[in-house]
Parts: sequence; C-alpha cells; structure tokens
Amino acid sequence: MATLEIKDLYASVETKEGRKQILKGVNLTVNSNETHAIMGPNGSGKSTLAYTLAGHPKYQVDSGVALLDGEDILTMTPDERAKAGLFLAMQYPVEVPGVSMTNFLRTAKTEIDGKAPAIRQWTKDLSGAMKKLRMDAKFAQRSVNEGFSGGEKKRAEVLQLELLKPKFAVLDETDSGLDVDALRIVSEGVNRAKENTGLGIMMVTHYTRILKYIKPDIVHVFADGHFVKTGGPELADELEESGYDRYLPEGANSESALA
Amino acid sequence: MTDPERNADASQDVEMNQYVADRAHVNEDKIKQDDQLISEFGEYGYGWHDADSAGESAKKGISEDVVRSISADKGEPDWMLDIRLKGYQSFLDKPMPDWGVDLSGFNADDFKYYVKPLEKQAQSWEELPDDIRNTYDKLGIPEAEKNRLVSGVAAQYESEVIYNSIREDLKEQGVIFLDTDSAVKQYPELVKKYFGKVIPPDDNKFGALNTAAWSGGSFVYVPKGVHVDIPLQAYFRINTPNMGQFERTLIIADEGSYVHYVEGCTAPIYSTDSLHAAIVEIFVEPHARVRYTTVQNWSNNVYNLVTQRAYVREGATMEWIDGNIGSKATMKYPACILAEPYAKGETMSLGFAGQGQYQDTGAKMIHLAPHTSSTIVAKSIARGGGRSAYRGLVKILKGAEGSSSSVVCDALLVDEFSRSDTYPHVDVREDDVSMAHEATVSKVSEDQLFYLMSRGLEEKEAMGMIVRGFVEPISRQLPMEYALELNRLVELQMEGSVG
Repeated sequence: MATLEIKDLYASVETKEGRKQILKGVNLTVNSNETHAIMGPNGSGKSTLAYTLAGHPKYQVDSGVALLDGEDILTMTPDERAKAGLFLAMQYPVEVPGVSMTNFLRTAKTEIDGKAPAIRQWTKDLSGAMKKLRMDAKFAQRSVNEGFSGGEKKRAEVLQLELLKPKFAVLDETDSGLDVDALRIVSEGVNRAKENTGLGIMMVTHYTRILKYIKPDIVHVFADGHFVKTGGPELADELEESGYDRYLPEGANSESALA
Repeated sequence: MTDPERNADASQDVEMNQYVADRAHVNEDKIKQDDQLISEFGEYGYGWHDADSAGESAKKGISEDVVRSISADKGEPDWMLDIRLKGYQSFLDKPMPDWGVDLSGFNADDFKYYVKPLEKQAQSWEELPDDIRNTYDKLGIPEAEKNRLVSGVAAQYESEVIYNSIREDLKEQGVIFLDTDSAVKQYPELVKKYFGKVIPPDDNKFGALNTAAWSGGSFVYVPKGVHVDIPLQAYFRINTPNMGQFERTLIIADEGSYVHYVEGCTAPIYSTDSLHAAIVEIFVEPHARVRYTTVQNWSNNVYNLVTQRAYVREGATMEWIDGNIGSKATMKYPACILAEPYAKGETMSLGFAGQGQYQDTGAKMIHLAPHTSSTIVAKSIARGGGRSAYRGLVKILKGAEGSSSSVVCDALLVDEFSRSDTYPHVDVREDDVSMAHEATVSKVSEDQLFYLMSRGLEEKEAMGMIVRGFVEPISRQLPMEYALELNRLVELQMEGSVG
C-alpha cells in the first residue's frame, strides 16, 4: 500500500510574457488501487500538473510538496522520480531516432529495478504484454516513437506502464486521438496494470468516454490551477450533462465543449 | 687494474649516474606534463607512447633533398622519384587552402617526414620490439587476426608497415595485400599503371605533399571474381611527436570481385602537432564492389588532411564508410568518379567534433556516365565548442542522363556553444536526372532528455542513448566489433558533456 500526497502545490512556467503561475494550490491524495479522474477544460492546468509531478524542466515548483510514501519527489530529478515509482504516460511522446524500442525498454527496466532483468523472463514478459496490446512483434525493432501513429504511441506508453510496474501513474490524455477499438485495448492495459500491481492512477482527461473503460473511484474537477470539486463517478455524468462552465472563474469564456 | 684507472672508472660512473638521474628527471617532468594533457583531453584511451629512438633522430622539414633521400633510402626506380618530385613542386606551387579548417598554425617544416622504426618488416608479431608489440596488443590487432575476424592485417608504425599478413587461401587465389613500398618492387607494372591516376600529383596541396613524401600504406589487388569474405584490416599508429605520416594506399578490385578494407588510426597525446596526410586511390573494375571503412581516432593534436578517391566502372559499386571521431582538424571528402554506366557510389560519414576539434568532412560524387547513382549520408555531432561541417559536391555532367543522387545530412548539436555548418554544392548539367537533398540540424531537445529520464535513465545515459541513436545509421554499416568500438568512442567523446 503506497500513498501519493500532493500538498499546496504552486507551480509556474516561463512564457514570452514572463513567468506565469499555472498551479495554484493543488491538494490531492491518491492511494494504491485507486483511480482518480482529473477532469477540466482546456488550459486549466491539468497537463501542467502531470508534467510538474514528473519533473519536466519547463515547470518550476513555487511551493508545496508531493510526498510519495513520505518522500518529497518534487526535489528529485525525473529519473529519481521514476525510480521512486512514478510514471507519466505522455500525450505526445517524443521520437528518439535510431534507438530500438526493445533496447529502450530493457534499459529503462534495468534502471528502474536497479538490475538487469533475467533475459528469458524479460523476453516472455515483453512479448506477452505486446500481444495483449495487439502490437506486432516487429514493433520492438522500430525506433522509439518514430513514425508511430497516434494509436501506436499510446499503446507504447501503456506497454511501458505494464512492464515498468510503477506505484503511481499519471495518464495525460491517454484517450485523445484513439478510435473505439484502440481506446478499449489501451484501457484494458491500464486495468491489467492496476490489477497486477495495485497501481494508483491519476487519469487526466476532458472527455468522459474513457471512463466507460477505466472506472474511476473518485472524480475531480480541475479549473484555474486547482481542484474545485470532488465527487464519486456520478460527478462525471453530471459534467457530461452540463459542462465545466459553472466551475470557471466569473467572466471566463469556456471553450470546452464536452464531446 | 691499478687504482688511478679504478678512480677514473668511478668518476665516470658518477657522471653516468648523474646523467641517468637527469634524464629520469626530465622524463618525469615529461610524463607529468603528458598526464596533465591527457587529463585535459578527457578520456582518450590511446594516448600512450613507446620508446622512441627512431623518431628522436629523425629530422624535421621537407625539401627536394628530403624527397630524394626518401626515394633513395627505399631504392626506388626513377619513375617513382619523378612522380615524387612532381608532387613536391606542386606542393610548393599551391597555396594553403583558405577554406575549411583553421590551418593558420600549420607549418610544413614542423613535421618529421620519414621515420623508419625498423630495418625490415617483421614476419610475426613476436619479432617486433617489446613495446611496439605491446602497443598492437593493447589495440587488439594480433587478437583480431588470431580469431580470424580479419583476413589480412597491415600495421603501419610511423612511416613503415612493420607487419603485414594475409590469409593463405586468399593468397592462393591471387589476392595481393602488401605494403605499397614492397609493391613498387614486386609489382612495378601494376603500380605504374594505377599509381597517381585517380589522384594526380598536383591534385591538391596535401595530396601533393603525400605524393612527395609518401611511405607505407597498402597495396591491394583482388583478381577477377574473387570475394574476400572477411575485411582486410589496416592500423595506422603514430608514436613520435611532430610525426608526419603519409601512407599511400592503392586498391584494385578486378571485374566482379569484392573486398572490404578497414582502417583504424590512433596516436599519443603530445603538446605539439602531428600531421596525417594520406592518399587512398581505388579502382573498382566493372561489376566489382569495394567498401572502404575508416574509424579515425587520432589524438587531438593531429592534423588529418586526407584525399580519398575511387574510379568506378560499369555496374561497379564503391562504398565509403567514414567515421571521424578524433584529430585536431580533419579535412576529408571521400570521392567517387562514376565513370561508366550504372556505376554506383555511396558515402556514409560521421564527424564528431568535441572540444577544440574541427571536423570538415563530406563527400564528392562525379557522375560522368548515364544511369549512375550516388548516395551521401552525412551525420555530424558537435559538442563542447567543437565545430563540424558537411562539405559536399555532386556533379552530374552532360550526357549522364538517367542518373540519380541523394544527399542527406543531419547535424546534432549537444549544447549551445558548438557549431555545425553545411556546404552542399550541386552542379547538374543534364536535365534527365533525379536529385534529392535533405539537411537537418537538430539539438538534443529538452523533451527527448525528459522523456528518457522519466523512464529512469540518468541524464548522462539519456544523452548517450540519443547520440548513439543518431549515429546508428552509420554504426549499423560497420562490422560488429567496429560498431561497438564506434559506440564506445562516441560515449567517451560524450563524457563530461552533461553538467
């Protein structure tokens, strides 16, 4: 049983117009085996929260902590956070030309576990996980994310999630750009990870359709840099009906139409 | 023995001891100085040097007398001396290049032109003096020969090929692989026919200097239809400070034959410069295929100014794989003259410019005949303030209809203060051709580093993975041992690149 506790998190990003604070007092506790849906309109800071937790250098923490089993991960480098058990499934994973998926995955696994995986078991795990995600065996020989379709990129992210076995995963719009079949396959992968390892999940999305496949225990509404409402799965249905407008600061013009 | 005699001996001993102590002291200072340099240059793994009596006694500088005495020492026929003298005259006539690397500190009189470490070539590694043999052991050459990873070995040390061997079965099939000096004596007609024919004595300033002062290098002849299945390996080693190494390689692949020649090069680290100005001439006869691979890792005090050119006949293929990791400054543009229909030329090059290095590399493709094709893939990496450039020429002459050429050059910048340039020259005189050119300069992005780090890789490791991935299209072309070596060299170059 592990706990990730975000307390009073404020974070900024450098923009052309100067430093801009995006996260304004985020508080959230996620336990193992829990799935939290983090919903909100575009530009509310959901992705900033995801990247700040994982340690992208573009985002600066102004104050606050994120305690993973009592250790503040915000003072760690991104690789230390990964080793501590945090995983970020990215919305736009980057290409690394010339580095094969199999080489990348084995290196990552070795780093996270602190030792190289036993070769036979690893080969079995890799091909098993790929099969379940309906990925062709040839996929392992391709360069990391290079020339991958949107769907392939998302599958590759979930493949890493299943193989690296983190304690907590932030899924940043993992549902975007997927057709129904791909959405189901990717969701099944996330559910397997939770079942097998007791993964705690923070699922960032502004659509409700992924919630049919990955059932949230808790739903949060995120607006203007912090959580404005928390409820059970029924909150998602309510958002589906009435949108985010009521959670936006007065005068703000919401562009978010729920699809 | 009388007492006075003994006293005289004793005083001589004292003097001798003092002399030895002084020398040791000088050596200690020298060693300290070198160690200091080695640490400044980072992790260059080949910076040791051997005892150096041949080098110490060699004179610096070039003149007609020096050229004549090199030729005389080798007992050469007059026609070769004539070629040398033409080269020397052309060297005097030609101005220093005012483009490419910085040659302002270059002075031709700073180098030793002819250093002969042994009286004659060794027949086995065991015959070599201990420290020279140790050097080759450390470089792994005898091991590679023993394990049959290579089908022949040429080891050049300073000006001479000190060891040369070829597998018996290839010899029986008529393959010739020996040092070029011996070839002049044993196969004068073959050498006369091809020597200087694709790179004439007055081709360029440093080619001319090589023609004047050449020594060593390989002579390879592969008879019709013979496939040399495993590469021939040459290893060039400079030992003495201020060395000028001018090997001369001539490869003739007769009709339908195949050969892969691989060369490696290293040198000790000194505070003064050395010069490596080689010439490689290759004749690819109809339907033959030659691959020439260079893994160049000179220490950062070596000027590497090399001319390489192949004459490619009907349906033949020439492939240059050119890895330039070391040296202070390199200018090198392997060329293919696609002289007859359906000739093919390919260059894949990698230039890695670290701190204090300037790699000016590229390729030349000259299309003279119809349906010839060429491919250039050039990758360069600059870090630590280093400078890399792709300089290329594709020339398609009138009448070379149906020819095609593709050029891809990618540069990778690892930091903010390194530099990469592209100088692509294209000269097409024929309408019916296909040309493709693509150039990219990319920086190792924050997002790439973050992505790999978020999967548990430390920054240094993430950077290494990105760079290895970048050079993968080149390293994929190398035999496995060399691919591993290249990756290791790239990794060493990257040491300290992450702050």
